This record gives sequence, structure tokens and C-alpha cells, in this order.
Amino acid sequence: MSADALAPLAGPQPDSTGHFGRFGGRFVPEALVAALDELDGAWRTAMADESFRAEFGGLLRDYAGTPSLLYEARRFSARVGARVLLKREDLNHTGAHKVRNVLGQALLTKRMGKTRVIAETGAGQHGVATATAAALFDLECVVYMGQVDTERQALNVARMRMLGATVVPVTNGSRTLKDAMNEAMRDWVANVDETHYLIGTAAGPHPFPAMVRDFVRGIGDEARQQCLDLTGALPDAVTACVGGGSNALGIFHAFVGDQDVRLYGFEAGGDGVATGRHAASITGGSAGVLHGTRTFVLQDADGQTLESHSISAGLDYPGVGPEHAWLHDTGRASYLPVTDDEAMAAFELLCRTEGIIPAIESAHALAGTVALAPKLAAELGREPTIVVNLSGRGDKDVHTAGDYFGILDKER
Amino acid sequence: MSRIGVAFDKARADGRALLVGCMPAGFPTVEGSIAAMTAMVEAGVDVIEVEIPYSDPVMDGPVIQKASDIALAGGVRTTDTLRIIEAVAATGAPVVTMTYWNPVERYGVDVFARDLAAAGGTGLITPDLIPDEADEWLAASDAHGLDHTFLVSPSSTDARLAMTVEHCRGFVYATAVMGVTGARARTSDAAPTLVSRVRAVTDLPVGVGLGVGTGAQAGTVAGYADGVIVGSALIRCLLDAPSEAEGLAALRTLSAELAEGVRTPVR
Repeated sequence: MSADALAPLAGPQPDSTGHFGRFGGRFVPEALVAALDELDGAWRTAMADESFRAEFGGLLRDYAGTPSLLYEARRFSARVGARVLLKREDLNHTGAHKVRNVLGQALLTKRMGKTRVIAETGAGQHGVATATAAALFDLECVVYMGQVDTERQALNVARMRMLGATVVPVTNGSRTLKDAMNEAMRDWVANVDETHYLIGTAAGPHPFPAMVRDFVRGIGDEARQQCLDLTGALPDAVTACVGGGSNALGIFHAFVGDQDVRLYGFEAGGDGVATGRHAASITGGSAGVLHGTRTFVLQDADGQTLESHSISAGLDYPGVGPEHAWLHDTGRASYLPVTDDEAMAAFELLCRTEGIIPAIESAHALAGTVALAPKLAAELGREPTIVVNLSGRGDKDVHTAGDYFGILDKER
Repeated sequence: MSRIGVAFDKARADGRALLVGCMPAGFPTVEGSIAAMTAMVEAGVDVIEVEIPYSDPVMDGPVIQKASDIALAGGVRTTDTLRIIEAVAATGAPVVTMTYWNPVERYGVDVFARDLAAAGGTGLITPDLIPDEADEWLAASDAHGLDHTFLVSPSSTDARLAMTVEHCRGFVYATAVMGVTGARARTSDAAPTLVSRVRAVTDLPVGVGLGVGTGAQAGTVAGYADGVIVGSALIRCLLDAPSEAEGLAALRTLSAELAEGVRTPVR
């Protein structure tokens, strides 16, 4: 299926101006509109071009290593009380679902004749993926990363530099992903002629949310077929973590039309939504405009963006992709918060039951699944089947997790 | 005609460009920003552009962002901004407001328009709100008699430029360079071309912003534009000064230099 990962084209959302219901759109300086129009045109042309689809599909198969496995986690399932199937995006090249998006956008960059890509990154996974694609396609690469994140994700900073990227620590604002995104936008405004802004999630101004979704939608297309092959039926639920939300959209998209399949996005609840220290934009935020799109945002009474908090740098973002806002509005998907502690308990459980160290982002999806399983079982009157998007591997988070569990040997 | 339009006409009749000085509300403090903007008017700045400080100003360079951060850290609220606008409007100078969109949407679009008009503001410049998304603002600003100024850029296509200008009232804001705010060593080569492209499709006055920091540069821009918009260089006077009094003195000096510049256009 990866041989034609882009077909068929996206569904009815967004509309031609990039709106998902009341969300989405373009809230950007006029200076960027020409570049967004160019990107929109290049993307639509590419989608309709068989040679582009074949090239993208070939890269996904031969370079990224997809289709990723759908693995039945029996020992984890026994502890959870559900038949849990893990979509192993952690096995992709660079260790996360993000490689799908960067390969698609890097191909588009080449088609547009641009020579430079910029990116923002939180945990560093998107930065590593972008640096990887830039190396593969011989593009200059600059990655903006909040200074706080460069410190907690030092390993990924080193990876990006090894791959030839320039990593720029951002010292403005909260010095996290939000500020890295602002800095990347500024760079783009100034250098838009030769530069493509390779946004890492299904957020930002149109066409990014729809385009990124379509580059990662292979996750769900694969998982849906794999689940049918393995179990003979569709799952009862599909779960994923939601920061900006690309992995969640990637896996949800194939199931949106399957009304019996419940879709759950688990947001970073940090210390608990009630404490105010969290990154749960849908659960604990309100509709607003941030980074070029209308969506749910963590903001104060004056519309100033609030600082987010999560143990996972990859989820530590005060906004969310506009399509998730729309899926929430329409009730098609449910969004629930998972605290840092709940995520880390699930992180440990997967390590110990399956020998798989997940990204802390993905541990939020696992924790949500642990909480969901008994409720779903009670409601259905049988053991439910739940597909969990294991969006990334935990190598980058070993330091954070080691710290959390107090198992780092601090003496050398 | 809008109050800004009247001011542009008067300057045009005098054979000069209008000087617009920009300052974030609440920087360095609420009272300090009123004092600074009043000093600018006294030193010859024609129009004051009051920027509502915002946490994520993607169009602004480091100087304005730093000033905005100081204002926000000091606890400035949108209601304070309206109070500042009222105080500055009382000097007699037209006051235009610049804001990213989210603070307006959060305040309530129609309520904001009502309160801005009541405070004596003439209209809004919206760096991240393009006409494509501005239906609600256009309706609210029309209902309350406010101007709406959208940005045009060197990268705007002819069709977008015409569409954007069609939706402007008061004046058109031409961004002189591709990039963020901040004074630059030389003024833009792209700006004169952009201004002439705007003139080809409208009689509205054209203000040029981004990159102007000296009287000589103001004179150069005044040679082809109706308005010269200066922000970062003025703000820097306050940021770099060892004391508030010295900052105000530097601000007066630069304002006077810029005012002289727009009166000696280089054609």
C-alpha cells in the first residue's frame, strides 16, 4: 500500500481555503501568502502526479522501512484487559512516524526548486527526521529548537549535527517548541525565495495541516488493512497521543469513515489539567489563533499564549492541529488528558511486558489505552481490540525517563 | 474621509511624507509608554502607531519583541492598551493600532472595535490578518467607523495586491523588505517598486515600514511614499538608555531627526 501512499486524495476537509469547519485557514503575514500558494499548488500537482506518488511510495518502502508492523502485544494486553495491537512506527528509519512527513515535504522542496529547508523541533525527532531528509536530498538544513529542549534532548541535537544540520537554540519566550516555531516563521518570512519551511506536524497555515496529514496517512491505511488481516475485523478503538497531532491524524484518517471505530487522542495533561501546568490544548484550552491557524490554544483572558508543560518535549506545545479541533467539534474523535505520571507508568509497563522502550509521547497513548480498556470492555461486554499508534521509540527519552525513575548512575 | 486620510492629505499638500512612530503599549510601563508617545508627538511624529504586545509576534524582530516581552512581563492588558490609546489620542495626533489577531478575537471582535473607537483610535493594522480571513473584522470596523489597514509585500502577486488594497481604508502598509521589523543599514530596493505597484491600483496613501532608522533613510523613503513608519529604532532609544529620562531625551532627538527627514524628501 505504500507504493501509492497518497491515493486517493483527501476527503472533504479542509475546504478550498483550508478551513476545517470554523478552524484552520491562514493567519500569516502577507509576505508568506505567495509561498503558501506555491506550496499548495506544488502539493496538489504532486498528488495528482503518478511519478511523484511512486517516488514517495518507493522511499517509504526502501528508505523509511514501511509498512511498519502491526504487533499484537500479548503480555501488555493481558495486563490491560484488551487486545492491544501496536502500530510500530518506532521501527521506521529515524525512529518515528515523522520520517513519512519529511520525505514527502523534502520531495516537494526539490520539485519547487528550493535549496534550503528550515524546521522547528521540540523533542528533536522532527529535527532529526528533517536533517535526515535534507542529507538524502542534498538540501541545506537549519533546525530551530528551544534552548530548554536542546538541553533535555542533547542526544538528538548531536544527531542533527552529525547529519549536517545547523541547530539554532532559541532563547526567546519560554524557550520551547512554540518559540522555535516563531523563529522558524521569521526565518521563512526573510528567506522564502529559496527556503521551504518543513513544518513538523499537522498544524500551521493552510496547506500544511492537510498536506502533512496526507503524507502521514499511510499509518492508518496500513493499520486498517493489517488489523483486518490479523483479526478479521476492524478495531473497536484507535488511540494516539496528540501534541500537534500528526501521528494521531495519520492513524485516524483511514478510520474516520468507520463510524463503529472510536478514535481517541490523548493529550499531555502534565501535572493535571486543573493545575494549569499541562499541554492539553483541546481539553484545557480555547479556540484562538496561533502559528497561522485557528485552533484550540492555551491562552489567557487577553489571548496571550500560555506556557505549556509536559514531561514529553514532543508534546510540549500550546496548540494543536486544526483538524483535531474540528474532529473534536464534530464529536468524531474524543480527546482526553493523560498526566506525566500516568504516561510514565505506561512507559514502564510496556518496557517490562514487551521489551519495547516507547517514546514518552507514545507512552501517553499507552496510558490512555490502559484507562480506556476497562470502560470499553464494560460497555461492549467483551474484550475490546484497540490499535495504539506507537509513534516513536524512546531512545531519545532514556535520560528523561532514567531521571524520572531515579535509575541513572550519577557517579562515574 | 478617515482622520488618518485627512492627516495624509495635509502632509501631501505640504509636499512631505507623514511620519508614523510605533511603540508597544505598556513599554516600559503603562505610564512610561504614554510619556514616550507624547514625547514623540511633541518632537514631530505625526501619527502614533500603538502596538498591542503579543506573546508570539512572528512579524517582529528582536527589538520590538523584547519591548513587548517587557510590557507583558509588567502585566499590561488589552484594557491598558485602550487607556493608552485614549491618552495619546488626547494629544491631537491620530492614533492607529497594530495588533496580531488573537488578542482581538479573544477580546471579542465587535466589542474591541467599539472600545477602540470610543478610545479615539482610528483603526487597525493587522500583520497576521489578511483580507481572506477578515470578514468579521471588516464588518465590525465598518460598523464603528474604524480604518482597516492590511499589509502588502514585495512577494504579493498583482492579483493579491489589488485585492488587498481594495480592502484597505485609511492607508496601505507596504512592507519594504522580505523579513521582520528592525532598522537596517540601507533602505530597501524593493520598496519603491512595491509603492509604484500599489499606486497603480489605488489613490489611498501608502506607508512604508520595516528597516527605517535614521533621518536620511526617512528622507529617502519620503521621496516615494506618503508615509514613513518607524518602530525598532525609536524603541531602541528606550531599551538602550541607562535611565528613563535619558531614554526620553534620545527618543525626542531621533523623532525630531526623522521628522526633519520626512520634510526633506530625496527624489
